Amino acid sequence: MIHFLMKRLLSIIPVLLGISLLLFFMLRMLPGDPAQVLAGQMASPEDVRIIRIQMGLDQPLYIQYGVFLKRLVHLDLGVSARTQNPVIQEIWARLPNTILLALCAITLACLFGIPAGVVAAIRPYSWIDYLVTLASLFGISMPVFWLGLMLMIVFSITLQWLPAGGIGTWKHLVLPSITLASFVVAFIARMTRSCMLEVLSQDYVTTARSKGLKEKVIIVKHALKNALIPIITVVGLQFGLLLGGAVLTETVFAWPGLGRLIVDSILARDYAMIQGSILIFGLLYTLVNLLVDMTYAFVDPRVRYD
Amino acid sequence: MNRSEPPLLSVRNMITSFHTHDGIVNAVNGIDFDIFPGETLGLVGESGCGKSVTAMSVLRLLNPSSATTLGEVIFKGENLLDMTPEKMRLIRGSEISMIFQEPMTSLNPILTVGEQIAESLRLHEKLDQEKAWEKAVQMLKLVQIPSPEIRAGQYPHKLSGGMRQRAMIAMALCCSPCLVFADEPTTALDVTIQAQIIRLLDHLKKGSNMSVVLITHDLGVIARMAARVVVMYAGKVVEEAPVVPLFHDPRHPYTRGLLNSIPVLKNDGQTRLTEIPGIVPNLLHMPEGCSFHPRCSRVMDICTKKSPPMVHFMENRRAACWLVSDE
Repeated sequence: MIHFLMKRLLSIIPVLLGISLLLFFMLRMLPGDPAQVLAGQMASPEDVRIIRIQMGLDQPLYIQYGVFLKRLVHLDLGVSARTQNPVIQEIWARLPNTILLALCAITLACLFGIPAGVVAAIRPYSWIDYLVTLASLFGISMPVFWLGLMLMIVFSITLQWLPAGGIGTWKHLVLPSITLASFVVAFIARMTRSCMLEVLSQDYVTTARSKGLKEKVIIVKHALKNALIPIITVVGLQFGLLLGGAVLTETVFAWPGLGRLIVDSILARDYAMIQGSILIFGLLYTLVNLLVDMTYAFVDPRVRYD
Repeated sequence: MNRSEPPLLSVRNMITSFHTHDGIVNAVNGIDFDIFPGETLGLVGESGCGKSVTAMSVLRLLNPSSATTLGEVIFKGENLLDMTPEKMRLIRGSEISMIFQEPMTSLNPILTVGEQIAESLRLHEKLDQEKAWEKAVQMLKLVQIPSPEIRAGQYPHKLSGGMRQRAMIAMALCCSPCLVFADEPTTALDVTIQAQIIRLLDHLKKGSNMSVVLITHDLGVIARMAARVVVMYAGKVVEEAPVVPLFHDPRHPYTRGLLNSIPVLKNDGQTRLTEIPGIVPNLLHMPEGCSFHPRCSRVMDICTKKSPPMVHFMENRRAACWLVSDE
């Protein structure tokens, strides 16, 4: 297990190198000049030239990339051109918010998605199955920003139960979590339903029935545990996506997370900030994947990493 | 076997139909048979003749949304088909149990072998965790699994096919049921392992008053274990007889065909193995008259028009064939 873990952790390095390479050159292909953006529309060409030299943008690209990598080895992600603060500090301030929101959303999604999928699979083609299917369809196809706004209108403006945006108490978490979870809950419910249907038709479920076990025991102990393996994969991948894909939700609810930071940085052509935050996303995503792989070993005795 | 006692299980006019997209299919079409205490009854026929469905119907293991079973299944004086699901559940595993065909897929891959046996014991025998585990290990020993203490803690993928089938048998027998359905218990195994499993079943059976319904298409297994044989074709019983008379003097052409298609060792390699021509009829489009007539070598005019009645003869034999009726 330790050996496997070390191998997987080491393999993150080339993945991050790949991300950094793609990211670095794609960013440079974007139209717009960061020095110009920083200097402002009224700046003289001379000022822009000085800023460009200060930022090292006058150097050839491969040298710029080399400098970036050298700093990266020392865990230095550079300084934000927009705020003049170290990138790492900016990310550090917002990362916990993003992780908190993603964790709440994925927990909500599992809490509702898995039972809904199980119930639908126990009674396939019944009214409850159709209800779950309909609700899932609704969840998958609803635009996130629209749902966010609707929730806000109902619960913040009309009923005044929950705050419309910002951060602070648990109440601030409710609406953004629900909004973010809506897509994922539908996805998990669909996945759980199909996995459960497949497992319920397996021979060992008939064996369990032939032993006279209670239906509850058959569903939870014999079927769901087996169905969990693919569900965990989906939950892991979705969690990874939530970490990076919360831009719309964060914007609608004025949630100070990484997603919004990236969008703001892109608009400002803040190279260092974009590179830094996307690299962190990449790192988180690979770590979540590793975690998913490790979880398999706990759920399925056939999976062993030694 | 004791035939002076009333039968342990009586199946009367049992019909099991499946609701398919193309219509209703009667996989079991009005069968009758009895099984007496301590007896081994062989249920034989080609694939798709309704043998397994018969066992599944008796235990009510078929999904009620896709299959319906009618008729009577009298077990210890009560009709299993009329029982509440809860009462039926308590009979499964404790009084009637089942050994399945596929040991590779019939065990839960993520539970230890010991746990899969112990959970039955905790449920039916009300044993505590520790006692149930001890008994599970004992059962594994009984079915001759080497180092049962270690094997009990292992997951099914660590066991060979033969060992898994032994574990399956241990699971089916752990609560000392009075009736066991063994659904092709050796089909998925190597020939050498098949012999071991049959010997084991025979051995376990001798030490108890348990009745066994042995479902198979392997007549060699029947000859070795069964006392009486019920031959099924297309969802119906076509012949029933004690094992020796059936092998020596089969009356139904289908039984004769089955017996003729057993390979003989002293065959010099020149004679062709006989087969029954044609295939089992599609249950959706059953032929008129006797369902076997399109494949029968001795078909008569009446066979194509009227279904033959079941004729009882020689004290304990019966067959459904116009040839037998004519005699």
